[in-house]
Amino acid sequence: MQEILEIPAAEFHQTARKLKEEKGMDFLRSLTGMDWGEEGMGAVYHLESTSTGATMTLRVRTADRLQPELPSVSDIWKGAALNEREAYDYFGILFIGNPDMRRLYLREDWQGHPLRKDYDASDLTNPLRMTNEEAVDTTETLELNPDGTLKVQENILFDDKEYVINIGPQHPATHGVLRFRVSLEGETIKKIDVHCGYIHRGIEKMCESLTYPQTLALTDRLDYLGAMQNRHALCMCIENALGIEVSPRVQYIRTIMDELQRIDSHLLFFSCLCMDMGALTAFFYGFRDREKVLDIFEQTCGGRLILNYNIIGGVQADIHPDFVKRVKDFIAYLRPTLREYHDVFTGNIIAQQRLKGVGVLSREDAISFGATGGTGRASGWACDVRKRHPYAVYDRVDFKEIVYPQGDCFARYMVRMDEIEQSLHIIEQLIDDIPDGPYYEKTKPLIKLPEGTYYAAVEGSRGEFGAFIESRGDKYPYRMKFRSTGLPLVSAIDTIARGAKIADLIAIGGTLDYVVPDIDR
Amino acid sequence: MEIKKKPRIKAIPYEEFNDNEYLEKMVRELNENGANIIVGVLDDIVNWGRSNSLWPLTFATSCCGIEFMAVGAARYDFARFGFEVTRASPRQADFIMVAGTITHKMAPVLKRLYDQMADPKYVIAVGGCAISGGPFKKSYHVVNGVDKILPVDVYIPGCPPRPEAMLYGMMQLQRKVKLQKFFGGVNRKEEDPDGSPQEMSETAAPEPAANEQEPVKKEEK
Repeated sequence: MQEILEIPAAEFHQTARKLKEEKGMDFLRSLTGMDWGEEGMGAVYHLESTSTGATMTLRVRTADRLQPELPSVSDIWKGAALNEREAYDYFGILFIGNPDMRRLYLREDWQGHPLRKDYDASDLTNPLRMTNEEAVDTTETLELNPDGTLKVQENILFDDKEYVINIGPQHPATHGVLRFRVSLEGETIKKIDVHCGYIHRGIEKMCESLTYPQTLALTDRLDYLGAMQNRHALCMCIENALGIEVSPRVQYIRTIMDELQRIDSHLLFFSCLCMDMGALTAFFYGFRDREKVLDIFEQTCGGRLILNYNIIGGVQADIHPDFVKRVKDFIAYLRPTLREYHDVFTGNIIAQQRLKGVGVLSREDAISFGATGGTGRASGWACDVRKRHPYAVYDRVDFKEIVYPQGDCFARYMVRMDEIEQSLHIIEQLIDDIPDGPYYEKTKPLIKLPEGTYYAAVEGSRGEFGAFIESRGDKYPYRMKFRSTGLPLVSAIDTIARGAKIADLIAIGGTLDYVVPDIDR
Repeated sequence: MEIKKKPRIKAIPYEEFNDNEYLEKMVRELNENGANIIVGVLDDIVNWGRSNSLWPLTFATSCCGIEFMAVGAARYDFARFGFEVTRASPRQADFIMVAGTITHKMAPVLKRLYDQMADPKYVIAVGGCAISGGPFKKSYHVVNGVDKILPVDVYIPGCPPRPEAMLYGMMQLQRKVKLQKFFGGVNRKEEDPDGSPQEMSETAAPEPAANEQEPVKKEEK
């Protein structure tokens, strides 16, 4: 359980700035909106210093439930901007000073804020509306007058003379149902406005009425290319809270599975990026090899995509007798294949020209947005959770954290390709000596977490995936939040793509490698 | 002319499909009205062509979409059965695979995509979410079944369905296409502007069974 610092709302903005400037807390890991019932509403901030590695948890609260207001920190950590919009959408908390107080996921005409405890969830409040949604061209900033009243300032997103085109939600290059409104000057991108929520399923609200073992089922469906890791994070969070120590065998299996999942995800990344860039053959190559990982999963877990393998205290089933042999065969197969990939695509002149020097994200921006994973590491930020906060058996294996300093699309591509090799290297070290032992610890049929807040993070396929639980001692979580790996990437896309050409947006979106159901949750 | 046919799908014998009753009923109803021999033969030829070049729309919202990609890729390869390529534009697509959860925000967009497709068009609901809301049935933002907004031809259960299941479901659609009365059936409907409100009420029917029979009803007109 982490210690939480309570900070009064009035001083919060100053304190936050001080923390960033004096203590180097430059990475906002997670921002969670909260409804504490009678104690009011507020937010929980998880901070980390990229220089010292120190972590910190802050809590800010306001007693006003009718019109809760908190100061915005979007000017201190850029990644806070979309997270604050999410908190507004879920809880109706107004962030004073945020330049864009629109809803993030739900429709503008949605009634109420669904994660509030007093939200009326009946279909009558929000029936299925089949009218088309109109996109607004202006947003509002709330500012505080000296006398405590609110001043509304209008911001213009796109003015009448701008040439705005719409990309998505149904577009093959957005990799799912993400929508961009792009303002163009000739071919050059002037501004991007991101619209999320086309696959917002309200998983966090659903978790509040599910028992802990039941909540596990939904994590696989967040980022389906990181199913193992997502579930690993939540299991770890619950195990930490309960004080369960899992056996070394489980740790080994989980680590191997996480790395296999990473390979699976990166192969899909390779396939889709190549397809977007016009190299259709590479798509078939990538999918052909990905099927081999899925075969290994299928033998042990029974599923191909949604695996449901980790459980609280262990894993669902012991590994298949053929598992070790097949994994070894796969490693032997993939190494030369990767060289082939590089021959086919990486050295290609068209690929090089479309990727190199395009869509540069600086290290400062990557940290400020909280863009972890391959994107952060391609910008020179060593942000691997496996190194920062080792879990499972990552402290016992030898692997290199791939960091590229350029920050462009090609670096983001190379980070992922090199990571496949590192994952193979990790698996190789573990696969031969998986220790004997039980593959799960017996847990009570009814799991109740002791009161408190818990946070656990793993390195997902595309960044830090965290699970945050606030428990009040019941069999249901009081609040469960998942740190999305994709949301920071999407919030950074405006900064990355500004000044680039419209065709580069495809390369940028492809190399950011977001998964939309993980952004929307 | 009597329509005697059992829709023939290459590589799978007729008896190996699980639900032949529905198709047999379709044939029976077609036969009740009789068919002109020339039109009937033309129908056969056109349907042979249509059923073997059904092109899906590139549409995926979540997990099922990745499996749909896997079906299109090297190992499963739906091009073998005539699904050839996915089209990114609804105007070039013959059917839409609703692969993934449909949320309240997405529903009007999906409806618009469907409206943009050219007739004759078909809908396949893939996975638990598109069929009934699946694991997210209780969520505040999920449409409990895509049949609330579109007329569905084939349902493929699973979470996500295996690629084999998807192929099976897509072949079911081919069989349905093979039995349709193209001349004087679907096309004539478009000339009647008064027919549209009635059509709307049919699409809005909540029961999956009612939707399944919908093309048959159209042809009776």
